[in-house]
Amino acid sequence: MSEAGEPILEVVDLVKHFPVRVGVLFKHTVGQVRAVDGVSFDLRRGETLGVVGESGCGKSTLAQVLMRLEPPTSGTAKFQGRDIFRMRGSELRKLRRSIQIVLQDPYTSLNPRMTVGDIIGEPFEIHPEVAPKGERATRVRELLEVVGLNPEHINRYPHQFSGGQRQRIGIARALALKPEVIICDEPVSALDVSIQAQVMNLLGDLQNEFGLSYVFIAHDLSVVRHLSDRVAVMYLGKVVEIGTEEEIYTRPTHPYTQALLSAVPVADPTLRGQRQVIRLEGDVPSPVDPPSGCRFRTRCWKAQDICAEEEPELTVRTGGQLSACHFAQEKSVVP
Amino acid sequence: MSAQSIGETEDTGVVPDAPLLEVDDLYVEFRTRDGVAKVLNGVSYHVDAGETLAVLGESGSGKSVTAQAVMGILDEPPAAVTGGEIRYHGEDLLKVSAQRRSDVRAEGIAMIFQDALSALNPVYTVGFQIEEQLRVRLGMSRQEARKRAIALLDLVRIPNAARRVRQYPHEFSGGMRQRAMIAMSLALDPEVLIADEPTTALDVTVQAQIMDLLKEIQTERRMGLILITHDLGVVAEVADRIAVMYAGRIVEYADAVSLYRRPGHPYTAALMESLPRLDLKGHELKTIKGLPPSLLAIPPGCPFHPRCAMAQDRCRTEVPAEYRLGLGRTSRCHFAEEMVGGV
Ligand SMILES: Nc1ncnc2c1ncn2[C@@H]1O[C@H](COP(=O)(O)OP(=O)(O)OP(=O)(O)O)[C@@H](O)[C@H]1O
Ligand SMILES: Nc1ncnc2c1ncn2[C@@H]1O[C@H](COP(=O)(O)OP(=O)(O)OP(=O)(O)O)[C@@H](O)[C@H]1O
Ligand code: SF4
Ligand code: SF4
Ligand SMILES: [Mg+2]
Ligand SMILES: [Mg+2]
Repeated sequence: MSEAGEPILEVVDLVKHFPVRVGVLFKHTVGQVRAVDGVSFDLRRGETLGVVGESGCGKSTLAQVLMRLEPPTSGTAKFQGRDIFRMRGSELRKLRRSIQIVLQDPYTSLNPRMTVGDIIGEPFEIHPEVAPKGERATRVRELLEVVGLNPEHINRYPHQFSGGQRQRIGIARALALKPEVIICDEPVSALDVSIQAQVMNLLGDLQNEFGLSYVFIAHDLSVVRHLSDRVAVMYLGKVVEIGTEEEIYTRPTHPYTQALLSAVPVADPTLRGQRQVIRLEGDVPSPVDPPSGCRFRTRCWKAQDICAEEEPELTVRTGGQLSACHFAQEKSVVP
Repeated sequence: MSAQSIGETEDTGVVPDAPLLEVDDLYVEFRTRDGVAKVLNGVSYHVDAGETLAVLGESGSGKSVTAQAVMGILDEPPAAVTGGEIRYHGEDLLKVSAQRRSDVRAEGIAMIFQDALSALNPVYTVGFQIEEQLRVRLGMSRQEARKRAIALLDLVRIPNAARRVRQYPHEFSGGMRQRAMIAMSLALDPEVLIADEPTTALDVTVQAQIMDLLKEIQTERRMGLILITHDLGVVAEVADRIAVMYAGRIVEYADAVSLYRRPGHPYTAALMESLPRLDLKGHELKTIKGLPPSLLAIPPGCPFHPRCAMAQDRCRTEVPAEYRLGLGRTSRCHFAEEMVGGV
């Protein structure tokens, strides 16, 4: 990982809107779900960028667009300097090897009728150049071993494995094509703590071994801190704060980041009642019709007139991180 | 004691001064095509008025099945209660008539579920679902019930309750649905509320709101609260006492402060160590090796022994008794005393 630090993925002003259509026979568009609405970040080689935020803020949509599973509405994303949305033919095929995804649900993301060997080996069907037919079984066995599964179980079916084991199968499959970037969309959210720890350790080990870069999406802030070098906090389709793990967790400056962190229950009953939880009022507004100016203003206790008029830019304000708040101010909220 | 001497509760088996709700040595099996799954193997816990008991444990350890048995909503068959008692004010609910059982379920013990959407009926308005119980059980008129439903939605801080009461569940956000379900469960003023993972599907900010609300209502009404969860953070914030389940048994029972300070069972200790922390960026997380046991073939001796870092020979053959550790703590580990006492 000697080149650590050089950006491998550069995302600029990425937008993804979904049309809201009504009507049975003649559908017409009545609005747009602004799922991802101008997101920019860099992912450096060998690093993990954590992405956190409430349900519906656009994390999975971001992942889908970066995987080219959904076309962007606008914006660019460069992989090793080349815009991934303009790639065609062999360049696109190479991209599809280089960026892989691991999904949340180990119960539904694997085809129940395929053996584990077929599931992990399937990418080789599409990219035969990576492993010639004769070598595939050996390669699949190696991958099973890498993720801590018994290579002899190559002919078993997904239902014969536990949740954590199924998540390992998904990871082995993602590793098959020797990717450089893995986008993990809630990879441990469905797992029990004891199993979650195993999968998190595995992700950490694989990163060290293969120099992988991760975009790690999760709603559990402790899990994200554990694995991430840098963290992006999303709210209603936008990144509101981005910085190093240390900056975000110990010196957050955006009121939303502060509220989010302060609400995480702490596993220590002696701290009960002493923590200052910032209570957010109301619900997250609809992404079809987000508030003017700062999108967080309807729930923000610091909101002023300017917050409704002028959208705060994501920029350096105080400390090293970027923050999209007119009144950014460091505040330590984690005990 | 004859039923007559209890006075106003003549036709019930209520015993004065008995704990509010007590599960005593409960056994439940599921008879499936693959064999008999021994899902509960002697579960005991109790909760008193105004108290919060947290039930903690891995997926499949039997937390929900215990709650379903208490509510009398087990799927029988395949489930069968094969032993034990469930006493509500001292009266064994497993022995009472179906009518009495359903009265207790309606008015004494209420339950809220993880997935509010599937617990609310999509074809009726939220208001109708709350009002129905009030009309049937308390004989309220339509207008009275509507007024009460609005007051309940207001209590759980649903804004514009008077308008919201006429809406359908799909018009509510996830957090609002969970609140609506809490409102519904409170309609008949239950003495015990069982909350089965009430916030697992929600974001931390909403989770904090809901837990606050539950705590507040509980204190106000002196309800007994049984909170089922696998979130060690939530437990630390609200529980008075904690029951840790493993393979259908309570393996550790303790007050919250003692348990977090010094777990009395290796399983509890391992759970705590495998938790990533918000306040520091850790390196290698400790893990529990292996998998939870199959309930079709629970390991002999201590059921945790194949995964336990402290296991000795006797653990493989001898089922640990329930050791008493003082202050009401118990642990089913042969080395429980060393765990809490020794260094
Ligand atoms: N295919 C689609 N068509 C229309 N709207 C969509 C589509 N996919 C997602 N959305 C909407 O876009 C927004 C962002 O959704 P997304 O799944 O990206 O959120 P998320 O941050 O991953 O949430 P969660 O934490 O619940 O997984 C939501 O309002 C969602 O309803
Ligand atoms: N209807 C059923 N038929 C067969 N087995 C069942 C049934 N319901 C539950 N079980 C089994 O009983 C055991 C305990 O289930 P239970 O739902 O109580 O677990 P839990 O502790 O609540 O787990 P979770 O945290 O996943 O909710 C599991 O092994 C489960 O597979
Ligand atoms: S810009 Fe205004 S409304 Fe937005 S987070 Fe900052 S203070 Fe709050
Ligand atoms: S009885 Fe033995 S195997 Fe069981 S928890 Fe205690 S030390 Fe571990
Ligand atoms: Mg998602
Ligand atoms: Mg359950």
